[in-house]
Amino acid sequence: MQNVIIIGAGLAGLSAAVTLAKENISCALISLQNSERAQSVLAEGGINAALNTMGENDTVQNHYEDTLRGGVYLADPNAVQNLTGHAPEIVRWLENLGVPFNMTDSDIMLRNFGGQKKKRTAYARSSTGKIIMTALIDEVRKYETAGLVQRFAHHNFIQLLLENQNCTGVRIQNVYTKQVTDFKGIVLLCSGGMNGIFPGRTTGTTQNSGDVTATVFRQGVKLGNLEMLQYHPTTIGISGKRCLITEAARGEGGRLYIIRNQQKWYFMEEKYPELKNLMPRDVVAREMYFVRRELGGEIFLDMTELPEIAWEKKLSDLRQEILHYLAVDPKTTPVPVREGIHYFMGGIDTDVLHRTNIKNLYAAGECTCQYHGANRLGGNSMLGALYGGRKAAETIMHTADFKSEENQSYTGKIFPPASPVLIQEISQILLSGLGIVRNQNDLQTALRELEMLSQKKVYSFYEQNRLLLAKAMLLSALERKESRGAHYREDYPEKNEIFRKTAIAECSPELNIRISFRPIPEKRSDA
Amino acid sequence: MISLNLEILRRNSPEESPVWKSYAYQTEDENANIAAALTDLNQTLENPVRWECSCLQKKCGACAMIINHRPRLACDVPLKEFVRAGSVKLEPLRKFPVIADLIVDRSILFQNLKTMQLWFAEEAKTNGSQTAYEASRCLQCGCCLEICPNFYAGGEFAGMAAMTLTARLLTALPESQKKEIFKAYRKHIYEGCGKSLACRDVCPAGIEIDKLLVHSNAVAVWKRKYRHEK
Repeated sequence: MQNVIIIGAGLAGLSAAVTLAKENISCALISLQNSERAQSVLAEGGINAALNTMGENDTVQNHYEDTLRGGVYLADPNAVQNLTGHAPEIVRWLENLGVPFNMTDSDIMLRNFGGQKKKRTAYARSSTGKIIMTALIDEVRKYETAGLVQRFAHHNFIQLLLENQNCTGVRIQNVYTKQVTDFKGIVLLCSGGMNGIFPGRTTGTTQNSGDVTATVFRQGVKLGNLEMLQYHPTTIGISGKRCLITEAARGEGGRLYIIRNQQKWYFMEEKYPELKNLMPRDVVAREMYFVRRELGGEIFLDMTELPEIAWEKKLSDLRQEILHYLAVDPKTTPVPVREGIHYFMGGIDTDVLHRTNIKNLYAAGECTCQYHGANRLGGNSMLGALYGGRKAAETIMHTADFKSEENQSYTGKIFPPASPVLIQEISQILLSGLGIVRNQNDLQTALRELEMLSQKKVYSFYEQNRLLLAKAMLLSALERKESRGAHYREDYPEKNEIFRKTAIAECSPELNIRISFRPIPEKRSDA
Repeated sequence: MISLNLEILRRNSPEESPVWKSYAYQTEDENANIAAALTDLNQTLENPVRWECSCLQKKCGACAMIINHRPRLACDVPLKEFVRAGSVKLEPLRKFPVIADLIVDRSILFQNLKTMQLWFAEEAKTNGSQTAYEASRCLQCGCCLEICPNFYAGGEFAGMAAMTLTARLLTALPESQKKEIFKAYRKHIYEGCGKSLACRDVCPAGIEIDKLLVHSNAVAVWKRKYRHEK
């Protein structure tokens, strides 16, 4: 028996588990695999906090403004205020858990990251996510042994248990034994981004399949800003996926160029003289798309001028990775890079307290639409997961009404997973409409193709869910008739104040999808 | 074009006797690895091969299995290696109970970490320690345990997967924990390790296990002052 059921054991889930356990609230931590396999271990570059250890007069206010501006004012300013305000304390907490951040002589070292003028990103070389996860997993182990956190690795989310718009628990299957159990309690979803909607095309893990988001959408949970997919500017194609080259490569001095008239053209430096290669990711990715469309050929990331110390102390793992996968030494040879899907700013719609539209159902981490608006700044993802998990847990402990109901075994029917062939077909249709540059024509064509695919045969539960989620993504992109952050419409190339709103997708019990736009909350003085 | 046979030791459940099955596989991708081959192959099989994977870039340790008699990560092994031989053998790790096909239950690995009480009981700063960094990179994949002549599931020896995590703690261990952790270290690591160091050769993360082991022995067993480099 447990008070809270957490779905997902990455940074957000672990952060929530620790927060609850400290207050003696028990939780079941459910994940397909152990935390060591969570996508959080892939985070590389660092975590943002206005620690101001580099003598640049950085402030929380600067971090707040950069995050809002980077997200092109689509994030809830109250939520961003909370996030950035607590960032220094979160990084200090991690330091006290024994995370070996890179240090100056006396304090945590910070580096430059995109969309921010000041050094604000704390890091452990270029494996920051892995190093933080190790410390946090150790911390959670303490509470596991005390019986406050019960781990259920190799367990799969089946669906929410709902009674009259009230979440009473979640149905879970043990992947090893196939046994199914209805877990009863408050539910917190920390299930990550929707990589599995684009198999092989993202930098994320195969475990974040998108099925949780698709299923809860079908069950009535509202989703927000589904059109906001982050294309990371610097990824390389490796067997089976896109592999990220951390933004830290540019933070430490890496430069992007393309060949024009037989010469290297450092286009970002020419077009954006202030932030140069460190413009927000949406801007860099779009510029790369445009210059490649104009000139053809590949874009290269030139790290050959980086000082020796950067390779030794800050990016050693990155060099190993590039050597391994491309057989190219980035110290001496520029690396060809392309944009790749990296992060989902959109997802489960929550309020500033991480509540969803369903009572007793909460969400945190990449699965939510929170903090990042129309474009996430590098270094804010781990922060969003850690803070979001904590905030959700705090909301639960302060407001939820805990009942002690026993879990029940379930012996009814379980639906089969979606077929890999259909998953690929949906992905191809989505990619044709949701590229870096979009327009009405492509989106309508994609919607028609999706409709035809939907009519082709009778699909299973999870297949239907994916088709519904895909349709909602395309409709959100079609309805947002403006360009903002990661969503660029060549037929509406400017941003439009009318659309400075969250695109909300809802699925009715009859499985009809409706998109509406909800105004961004005003900033409260007490936030 | 790469063309070879994937020989896979298959069973549908722990109770079934395993059977070798052979699958012809071809791909245009010269850089394809075992993980990509399994993903492709499964698209064509009515009874897909069960295996675990997650990151596909050797950062999560999920896809550890025995590949031609050696514990490795499927995403770390290019098919090119086996083109001349014409085939490659895939088996589940042997030190852990098999669930199905290539999936094993590595719970014992995590149970050992709990038994040793590996955590900081109070706040502890590692101050950017390189040793703590190196130790934190451990994937908990189990390859080192698989190759180890001294480790078996259920034994006292917890193996190098537990040593790495202890090594991080030892860089900043609070006074209050020293007695217990040192004792656990001696019992579950020091006394069981025969120093074959096969673990170092197979570690997919390339962790310098021998160095960490020397450091950790010095602190936890010989009580030498731990002067880790900054």
